Amino acid sequence: MSSGPFTETPAAAGPDTALAAAWARSRRRFVRSLIFIVALCVAIALLLSAFNGGSLATKLVYSFSIGLSCWILVEGTRLLVSGLSDHMRRLRGWPAAAPAAHAGWRAVIPGIVLAVLLGPPLGLTIADHLTGNRSPSLLHFDDVNTRVTVLLTILGSAASVFTLSMLERLSSARAQAEAAQRLAAENQLRLLQSQLEPHMLFNTLANLRVLIGLDPQCAQAMLDRMIAFLRATLTASRATLHPLSAEFERLADYLSLMGIRMGERLQVKLELPPSLAALAVPPLLLQPLVENAIKHGLEPQVAGGLVRVQAQAEGDMLVLTVHDSGVGIAGSAATADGGFGLRQVHERLATLYGARATLQLAAAAGGGTLATLRLPLERPRP
Amino acid sequence: MIAARALIAEDEPLLAAGLRAELATLWPTLDVVATVGDGRRAVEQALALRPDVCFLDIRMPGQTGLEAAQALAEDWPDGGAAFPLLVFVTAYDQYALQAFDAQAVDYLLKPLDTARLKACVTRLQERLQTRQAQQTLPPEAAPADALQQTMSQLRALLGAAAPDAARPPRLQVIQAQTGNLVHMVPVNEVIYFEAADKYLRVITADKEHLIRLSLKELLPQLDPQVFWQVHRGTVVQARCISVARRDESGKVLLSLRGRPETLTASRLYAHLFRGM
Repeated sequence: MSSGPFTETPAAAGPDTALAAAWARSRRRFVRSLIFIVALCVAIALLLSAFNGGSLATKLVYSFSIGLSCWILVEGTRLLVSGLSDHMRRLRGWPAAAPAAHAGWRAVIPGIVLAVLLGPPLGLTIADHLTGNRSPSLLHFDDVNTRVTVLLTILGSAASVFTLSMLERLSSARAQAEAAQRLAAENQLRLLQSQLEPHMLFNTLANLRVLIGLDPQCAQAMLDRMIAFLRATLTASRATLHPLSAEFERLADYLSLMGIRMGERLQVKLELPPSLAALAVPPLLLQPLVENAIKHGLEPQVAGGLVRVQAQAEGDMLVLTVHDSGVGIAGSAATADGGFGLRQVHERLATLYGARATLQLAAAAGGGTLATLRLPLERPRP
Repeated sequence: MIAARALIAEDEPLLAAGLRAELATLWPTLDVVATVGDGRRAVEQALALRPDVCFLDIRMPGQTGLEAAQALAEDWPDGGAAFPLLVFVTAYDQYALQAFDAQAVDYLLKPLDTARLKACVTRLQERLQTRQAQQTLPPEAAPADALQQTMSQLRALLGAAAPDAARPPRLQVIQAQTGNLVHMVPVNEVIYFEAADKYLRVITADKEHLIRLSLKELLPQLDPQVFWQVHRGTVVQARCISVARRDESGKVLLSLRGRPETLTASRLYAHLFRGM
């Protein structure tokens, strides 16, 4: 019974935890902007009473009325915008997005416009009602007090709007960085998990245990191979390059471990021209392809077969091929397996070489499967 | 120490040799009559040599250990030798191990641990001894034998083998190609599917098609309420069965609506055909 299709574990952080984190971020930002507005209003009231005297209490009422009006307009519009966009998503049958994740800091812009236009007159009206005063219209520029009020209102709104949008930008940038980091860690974990597949590990150890009794020297050599394989696997997830000759040595380690396990069922040919040996390639790039060749090609076949890995230069491209004489793509479960190995090779190629590198999987002439990897000969950008 | 005969099915030659060597020390009177490297040969050899114990690796080419056990339970002849005691061997199979524990199936983990193998050997010896003692009793007095027990265990294991998470969508139409024609056969018109080597025969009331799909790949795409597996190689649409007739050996013969032939339900699936 193959447990192959079931070894893929779901991503560690599910959509629920991501949503909860986004909500928490949203709440934190809400509180932060409120604290900021309160501080700003107090500062403006103090400034005003220092400049043209009068009761501090009245100034506080005015500055808070205007400041909070602006703030409510900004935050209210943002909630409305993201609520609307959620509603649209639901109407289209899309999953709800995490709050503020879809809208980002750009969702504040309509609120800012509204706040600058409507905030000051609204705040003045409210404050007039509260204090029983009658403020001159903001359009009466002859009065010194009005000019100061208008200036401070505009300056205050501009400062708060600028700060709020910076805060918003920072928090969405941080959220993006966190998400990218989580994805990278998840990928690394899955890569490690796929390479240190427990079935492979325990079967190799089982062979080693038998070999210790039968042929201690051979057992020691096998252990050396296994150590080299494990060390390469553990260090390969760090993004560095190594020479193609080292890549072939690691394949030789893995294949000789598989050779001890499969006995006569596995034949191996590794062909690396000396002129290509020093080329820099991403470590263990070929490993998943060779693993697939064995797991999906040869292992299901009673008679076993041949795995052949070749490196060739074609023009300015390096062509790496992994050929197996196994059951072939149609007859294997490679496509049903989630194809993590292949997907991971694709992703690494895309990151390092962009569109210039390709990976093709095809039925081989004369049976089996042929994986062809084409990379530019020049060193990839780090 | 009781003498017995054993079969080892393990595709990795060193591991087969290792198990054989350990058994020779722990159970010197055990005669390993065959060592095979794949599931199909395990079934052939077990049917031919009738061992008392079979050690079956789970992951083998051709047929897995579980599939081999199923084939063996279906094809084991009546009367004569008792059904072998089965011990599954695996390096790592999360789902299988849970099911094994739940069904109290004997299993060994690789790398083999001598103490655990010893405990397994002791348990096998005890069960063989009880069995020998029972053979002196008249047949009616003998309790349900290893075959009955294995079948109920296998039924549970085969049911538990596939977690629901990976279930593909239900198939509506079978696309069967002959030359440059593709026949579209609605699934509800199919009377039964029959495995034929690497192909699957798709039988409707008036036609027969071949598709390149294994029964194992097809089964999760069928509604188990509508299509019943009645044999490791046969899946039949339940409403197309007209009569089920039980024979002396525990097999069940199925007559069909719309087809003249009869199908056989193996003893593993005979329990599906009981009066309400």
